[in-house]
Amino acid sequence: MALLKVNSLKKYFPVKKGFMTAPALLKAVDGIDLSLDEDRVFALVGESGCGKSTVARLIVRLLPPTSGEVLFQGKNVFELSGDNLKAFRKSVQIIFQDPFSSLNPRKSILDTIAEPLKIHRIVEKIRIKDKVVELLNKVGLGSDILNRYPHEFSGGQRQRICIARSLAVSPKVIVADEPLSALDVSIQAQILNLLQELKREYRISFFFISHALKVVHYFSDSIGVMYLGKIVEHAKTEDLFREPFHPYTEILLSSAPTIIVQSDKDVRSRNLKLRTDMGEVPSPIDIPPGCPFHPRCPKKFEPCDNIIPELKETDGRLVSCHLF
Amino acid sequence: MRLLSIIGKRFSKNKLSVIGVVTVFLLITVSLCAPLIAPYNPTAIDVHNVLSPPDKQHLIGTDELGRDVLSRIIWGSRISLKVGFVAVGIAIMIGIVIGSIAGFYGGKVDALLMRFVDIMLAFPTFFLILAVIAILEPNIFTIMVVIGITSWMDVARLVRAEFLTLKETDFVSAAKAVGVSDKRLMFRHILPNALSPVFVAATFGVAGAILIESSLSFLGLGVQPPEPSWGNILTSGKDNIEVAWWLSLYPGLAILITVLSYNLVGEGLRDALDPRLWEAERIVRSNE
Repeated sequence: MALLKVNSLKKYFPVKKGFMTAPALLKAVDGIDLSLDEDRVFALVGESGCGKSTVARLIVRLLPPTSGEVLFQGKNVFELSGDNLKAFRKSVQIIFQDPFSSLNPRKSILDTIAEPLKIHRIVEKIRIKDKVVELLNKVGLGSDILNRYPHEFSGGQRQRICIARSLAVSPKVIVADEPLSALDVSIQAQILNLLQELKREYRISFFFISHALKVVHYFSDSIGVMYLGKIVEHAKTEDLFREPFHPYTEILLSSAPTIIVQSDKDVRSRNLKLRTDMGEVPSPIDIPPGCPFHPRCPKKFEPCDNIIPELKETDGRLVSCHLF
Repeated sequence: MRLLSIIGKRFSKNKLSVIGVVTVFLLITVSLCAPLIAPYNPTAIDVHNVLSPPDKQHLIGTDELGRDVLSRIIWGSRISLKVGFVAVGIAIMIGIVIGSIAGFYGGKVDALLMRFVDIMLAFPTFFLILAVIAILEPNIFTIMVVIGITSWMDVARLVRAEFLTLKETDFVSAAKAVGVSDKRLMFRHILPNALSPVFVAATFGVAGAILIESSLSFLGLGVQPPEPSWGNILTSGKDNIEVAWWLSLYPGLAILITVLSYNLVGEGLRDALDPRLWEAERIVRSNE
């Protein structure tokens, strides 16, 4: 049984267009299904604004869904309350993108990391400080920072502190919402290595969100590619990198900056550019009819602009494209 | 605590605010030690020395009943201080509770509470105070309470605005994801971050409350003679302005200096407590 399962999850935000007019609906998440097994890493990839972060917030129950369910160990997390909710909070943690805003500026590092220990009574009161030091050591920080405040640290250090806080409850799942994208490139590798180590050591499952495919290549077991609130391709990481099926995945792969000397493959991918004349990603308020990707798709043909493709199984993976 | 020392360091950069703090402390000391400092009994009448100009005996003269003006101003500072702090204390408590609840829960609760704030703001406060005092007995206790319950709206709005932004921040989400209860989230996580504008408003509020008390006493609706207050000394100054300038100038100066000092402190606090400025400072330092 999957540890975490997402069933036709939807989240629409009402957007006021003007006074006295009915609000439009921003379809941030429009019916997605996912599952995460124990000790696995699932990566959700897509451009900014496609609804990835909303999915993260829904999974950890920071937002109520419009419809659909998130099952953790078989129980719908939106129906939890009291002790069950507390147990869920202890099992599923989240790391945010911006390490500058995800630490309380008025709390010392000791207080910040000690809080989950106190709430879930993880260690005895007198051992709290030792436990915090232990957690800090785990993420590569020393005990000298206990009484310091977040503004004294760099982005990478803060992200380590955030990781230490989420580790405090020994979670089963960590939802990492673009934990690297606010960091310098040199720091990104360090943090990614740290996450990898922690995963190996504690067998934590990760729900890893990223807008860069390259980052998740070596970390994830399977990947979901998201476009305008929908999953367009869902495959094992190696399959996806070997041969992307959906044209969007293909473009995402080829658009990542690369330092590999130009090969035949690059020449081929150069021919496959986003149709920039169509501008940016369409607004999730008016999603194009038919396949939501068709205005930017280099391979579009007859049915694309009026029939919405279903997410179908093809060669052991899920793709929503009329080509398959 | 480390944070306090940082705030102190930032605060001391603003020289005017430091002067303000020194003055405020001086004023507090003076009012606490009034019985020791005041050269005369502030209510002792001396019919032989009516309206005598400043001299060696009475440093800043006497009033129409021969009472020493310096002693009256010194004792009057106690009234100002008491009114300032108690009224603002009441205002802050009401403001924080209403603002926190409105900002945290949002929706209908927020709409209801904020409309109540609008109603309170729509009253011309000073006339509301006048009306209430006209009905109740004009003594220092009613003045403090009435000023307090008519001046909490700004605090409530500030706290609410802070809550609205802060409750969407990642650190609040992270705390929620860790399992922190609503109450703890409100008062341990959000409120400490929402307090800086409250401290600033409180400092300005003390100045405002002192001014209101002086005005009320000036109009004869505040502290009643013979008990001295800066406002009622000014009243006798007004009556005798053609013959005794010292009776208007010195209490006026006392009010001016006090209000100015509190405002300077408020301004210094505003800058010292702004974490956004800290961030900017950190970036500047790291670029050096």
